[in-house]
Amino acid sequence: MSEPSTETTTGRDRGPGLFRTAWGYGRTKVGVALTGLIVLIAVLGPFVAPYSPTEFVAKPFETGVDGALFGGDERGRDVLTRFLWGGWTLLLLALASAGIGVLAGTVIGIIAGYQRGWLDDVLMRTNDVLLAFPQLIAALLVMSILGPQPWLIVAVIAVSHMPRVARVIREATRKVIEQDYVKAAEAIGLPRHRIMAFEILPNVTSPLLVELGLRLTYSIGVVAVLGFLGMGLQPPTADWGLMINENRQGMGVQPWAVALPVTAIAILTIGANLVTDGLSRASIGIDRGVQK
Amino acid sequence: MTDEHSTALSVEGLTVIGRPSDVEIISDVSVGVGRGRILGLVGESGSGKTTLGLSLLAHCKRATEITSGRLVVAGHDLTDLDERGVRELRGRAVAYIPQSPASALNPALRLGVQLAEALHDGSLSKAEANARVREVLREVALPDDNAFLRRYPHQLSGGQQQRVAIAMAFVGRPDVIVLDEPTTGLDVTTQKHVLETIRAMTRDYGTAGVYISHDMAVVADLADEIAVMYRGEIVERGDAQEVLSAPEHPYTRKLLAAVPLLRTSGHEDPGEGPEPLLRVSGLAAGYGRTRVLEDIDVSVSPGECVALLGESGSGKTTLSRSLAGLHHEFTGEVLFDGAQLATSSYRRTAEQRRRIQYVFQNPYEALNPRKRVRDQILGPYRHLVGRPIDADGVVAEALEKAALPASYADRYPEQLSGGERQRVCIARAVATRPDLLICDEITSALDVSVQSEIVALLRGLQDEGMALLFVTHNIALVSNIAERVAILQGGRIAEQGTVGQIMSAPEHEYTRALIADTPDFEPAAAGG
Repeated sequence: MSEPSTETTTGRDRGPGLFRTAWGYGRTKVGVALTGLIVLIAVLGPFVAPYSPTEFVAKPFETGVDGALFGGDERGRDVLTRFLWGGWTLLLLALASAGIGVLAGTVIGIIAGYQRGWLDDVLMRTNDVLLAFPQLIAALLVMSILGPQPWLIVAVIAVSHMPRVARVIREATRKVIEQDYVKAAEAIGLPRHRIMAFEILPNVTSPLLVELGLRLTYSIGVVAVLGFLGMGLQPPTADWGLMINENRQGMGVQPWAVALPVTAIAILTIGANLVTDGLSRASIGIDRGVQK
Repeated sequence: MTDEHSTALSVEGLTVIGRPSDVEIISDVSVGVGRGRILGLVGESGSGKTTLGLSLLAHCKRATEITSGRLVVAGHDLTDLDERGVRELRGRAVAYIPQSPASALNPALRLGVQLAEALHDGSLSKAEANARVREVLREVALPDDNAFLRRYPHQLSGGQQQRVAIAMAFVGRPDVIVLDEPTTGLDVTTQKHVLETIRAMTRDYGTAGVYISHDMAVVADLADEIAVMYRGEIVERGDAQEVLSAPEHPYTRKLLAAVPLLRTSGHEDPGEGPEPLLRVSGLAAGYGRTRVLEDIDVSVSPGECVALLGESGSGKTTLSRSLAGLHHEFTGEVLFDGAQLATSSYRRTAEQRRRIQYVFQNPYEALNPRKRVRDQILGPYRHLVGRPIDADGVVAEALEKAALPASYADRYPEQLSGGERQRVCIARAVATRPDLLICDEITSALDVSVQSEIVALLRGLQDEGMALLFVTHNIALVSNIAERVAILQGGRIAEQGTVGQIMSAPEHEYTRALIADTPDFEPAAAGG
């Protein structure tokens, strides 16, 4: 009874939503700033780059060239230009795989959590099988058999995210369907798919957003690592993961070609992580009904 | 300290504020309780009575703070002590019995360990502590053998759990004991025993009791003195008989008037109609192999209110859910307007689903927190009746039937109080103009004053021709709303008849016990 009493006393205002609560934490602001910076570089980079990414402007691993701030890479292409061009592919692949993975996982999680019975068993046991494959090794295996393709990268990472998301969402769904408003919808005979879409889904958005952030962080890492291992995008594409791989032999004489993409990936990962952390803290507070 | 009426607890000018808004949750409260006496602290949710109760232990809920006042328990000023000193006194000088015994007991500890822990007196030897634990268990009328001490809390019934909580509180012989609605979750028979135990224990130990409750009838039964709280202040305080017979503050009068009277003649029996709207015969239901209901015969005529009375575990919720199509494992004849109802709501016709509506027990769970009131009401309407021509009109009309202003349509559930939420639930149910409304304990989560408003609302709906099946454990409510009553006991109908007949001349032993155990509140005292 203590919860109702606090609610009746605390006025008529609607409590702050998930985003506003999350924004209240310092870490979220730092995270948004860091992520924003890298996204800005990746999106605007191609438009402000001084050369084209395949243009030769210097000797291999040459530094201190006029007109090339960070020198040339292992073939003599402008490092700054390739850095500015190499972000958007990474971001796009990471976003697409995280988005598709979370979407598929949510659908499976809600269906498994709500329908229960044999369907739940089939879905979740299939999930367990998928979970048994280590993310990176599965990706490398598929790439080495079918050859590296951008859509394949997205598909493999999405499939590896799906069971992890499904588990979390299934648990959240279980909690929601205990509530009487779902029973009320059943009593009036609302079709199951509408109950899932309109009664359950809006009430699992908090864990959903946290999952999305988390999966995005992992995707960035996996896409970059695949690029580095040569199983991601192929040369001569400018790609941060690929850049690290191509230029690592010359790290002693030309550190910029490795340092720039590494720093960018690190900042992006840390930023996305901080935002996710802020969101998850806010969602824990909201879900427990704790008011600061 | 042997003087029978020396003051055990005195509070002067106590103020507690909430952070960060600095709102005064309780302001300038002064009370005193003598040894062996019980102070009833009455007020509705949000009046600050639990906050006051906890501050008597010098404990504050998160983000609250005692800012001024003195708090003297058995000669010790708690406000002067540091955290360590207060901890020493808790359990010895002042003890607390919380609302829900199930959450007060540690599910992982055996009872013997928990009780010995509550004693936390280093000066006693193990044998002495053990003897004290057994003694206090005998006093609360529980067994004291080793087998019982080795039990876990989940192996006890709700009433037994609450008695263990009482034993835990009394084991250290406290000077003051704070009871926060300790009988709310219990059925009347158990409640009566627990109240008797509390009464006897405070007398025997010379302990001052502070009994927090929103239920005037219980407090009238138990307390020597009554303090009425309203918005963080004590608006009236005095001897129990005086407050009950001659209330001075308007809020006290309102509280008293809201208490449902146990004995009324009931409403007039409209006589057996030609064809009952709902006829249940030979219904049996269960979960898997467990049989919960057996051989149930009930009928509801159009425009009639039938109460289904039973204690927790009697199967009343299973019955109402079966009728609503939410519980599928039942057999037997369920005729609604002459047609058999399918077990699942999905296999019933849309018309049947429209004509039978269900209102849930807990309004805090029955509304989707992400939808505005408007969409909560329009959702079922669109599905069962069709797309409305004038959506705003439908919402406004439904809200009006539930006695809410049309402006509430834009609110989210979290912006509503418990009573308002329950009204929205009723509005959602009546928007489709049903013929039968099944109400499953819809007032049990609400304050007494709100409860009486909801009952009045339902009677208004009934006057418009709606039939009601009112499921409840509160016998006093039955006589205030229903024409006929069916009493459920252990999954069978023990007795069935008109309210006047059953309340004045109950035939079944169980019904008699129920009526006798309910705290009776004399209407003369209401002084309206």
